[in-house]
Amino acid sequence: MTIPMPGAIDCDIHPALPDTRTLMPYLDDYWRAHFQMRGLDRDNYDAAAFPANAPINARPDWKPAKGKAGADFQMLKTQALDGFGLKYAICNVLHGAQAIFSEDLSAAFCRAINDWVAKEWLDRDPRLRASIVVPMHSPELAAREIERCAVDARFVQVLVWEMQEIPLGRRQHWPIYRVAEQLDLPIGIHAGSSYRHPPTNLGWPSYYLEDYASWSTGFAGVLNSLISEGVFVEFPRLKVVLMESGVTWLPAWMWRANKTWRGVRAEVPWLEKSPADYAREHVRLTAQPFDSPPNAAMTRKIVEQIDCEDMLLFSTDYPHWHYDGGDALPDGLPDHLIQKILVDNAMKTYPRLKDRA
Amino acid sequence: MARHVVATAGEIPVGGKKVVNPAGREICVFNVNGEHYALINRCPHEGAALSYGPVVGCFESKRPGEYALTRHGEMLRCPWHGWEFDIKTGQSWCHPESVKARTYKVEVVAGSHLAKGPFVAETVQVTVDGEYIVVEV
Ligand code: FES
Repeated sequence: MTIPMPGAIDCDIHPALPDTRTLMPYLDDYWRAHFQMRGLDRDNYDAAAFPANAPINARPDWKPAKGKAGADFQMLKTQALDGFGLKYAICNVLHGAQAIFSEDLSAAFCRAINDWVAKEWLDRDPRLRASIVVPMHSPELAAREIERCAVDARFVQVLVWEMQEIPLGRRQHWPIYRVAEQLDLPIGIHAGSSYRHPPTNLGWPSYYLEDYASWSTGFAGVLNSLISEGVFVEFPRLKVVLMESGVTWLPAWMWRANKTWRGVRAEVPWLEKSPADYAREHVRLTAQPFDSPPNAAMTRKIVEQIDCEDMLLFSTDYPHWHYDGGDALPDGLPDHLIQKILVDNAMKTYPRLKDRA
Repeated sequence: MARHVVATAGEIPVGGKKVVNPAGREICVFNVNGEHYALINRCPHEGAALSYGPVVGCFESKRPGEYALTRHGEMLRCPWHGWEFDIKTGQSWCHPESVKARTYKVEVVAGSHLAKGPFVAETVQVTVDGEYIVVEV
């Protein structure tokens, strides 16, 4: 269905970095020379998880005549911000910078991207907000980058890949969660992988279909890790947002995780409630793609099974292609839930949206 | 409700248990650090005989990485799917309000007192100078 009212908060849009050269003015002297010396500015480091030619990554009518989908500010403004009547939209730049092996180079790249987003996007439209991209494999540098960017209240979230070098719940990552919690920044966990490991549990896939469709199992693994390791016990105010992860797998995960927990909860004695209850309190999901069942009645049933009205956040996922026209919400959502999905849940999830509301 | 003599005091050692059958009801009597408790011998989950489960302590933690074993000998782990029950209350650890094993009242009563009746002693020979475990069913 189309959005029934203006003023929605879009929690997942994707401005694209046109090329690495664009970042040169945003690097400091040392790194600019370093990029030039190595010829890094001639390569693009696009995220391997989002190949530009895969149809899912660029809706035909949202693709500029030349250049990458999402790279043109005017198009994004007209089609997403004005087109959907958005109040805010959160920019998530999907880029290979977060997966570069060198911690320092990755950090330099991330700093440049964050400064580029602030200048070239946030400064151009007061409705835009952004996530901070960080070198996740270096918690110390990531925490430092979060603190640096958070001075600007328009940064409302930290962006990380779903599939990393190690599962997201592991304690090595906790310095990132500590600073994020202190600064009221949810951790936005976006679909995709840094490809340190196969993106399926079974090994390397042959086709994009296998790769992309398997990511929802990666998200189940993310939840298992975050919850079992006790991230939400250690950081009781922390929220995580699963982005572009599908929604309909969630009830089955809840049943399975709860059942297993009842039998083995003694090995994770810090958990005081069931995995599903931790998820209901701390985990949010953007609603595109929804991975809708064949009819509205089934969607309604799944929403009932999730049994929590706070979890879903509206997203257009611009310029990715999951629906046509303005059909950004699945059919079958109960009326009272729609306002929550469009506005209220995001306002509660992102405390920094309030600062300037 | 009738009071059934199900064992002699001292018959069940500390940490031990005995399955008894008063009034055709299968019940497991436990000796937890010298106090006796009784649970129905059927797990509220899918019906395993709780008497086959190990008696354990409670695994607790204030925060990830900190561990404490408390309430030694006060918990029972179901032999089938590992759900933990508080022997004293029958409450399950995971859903204490909604999933409970039925409990029965247990007392240690002097033989001289039992002689004044009413009680049922089907399998236990009662003498006036002995002490007995009595379950109310
Ligand atoms: S039967 Fe006891 S836990 Fe399943």
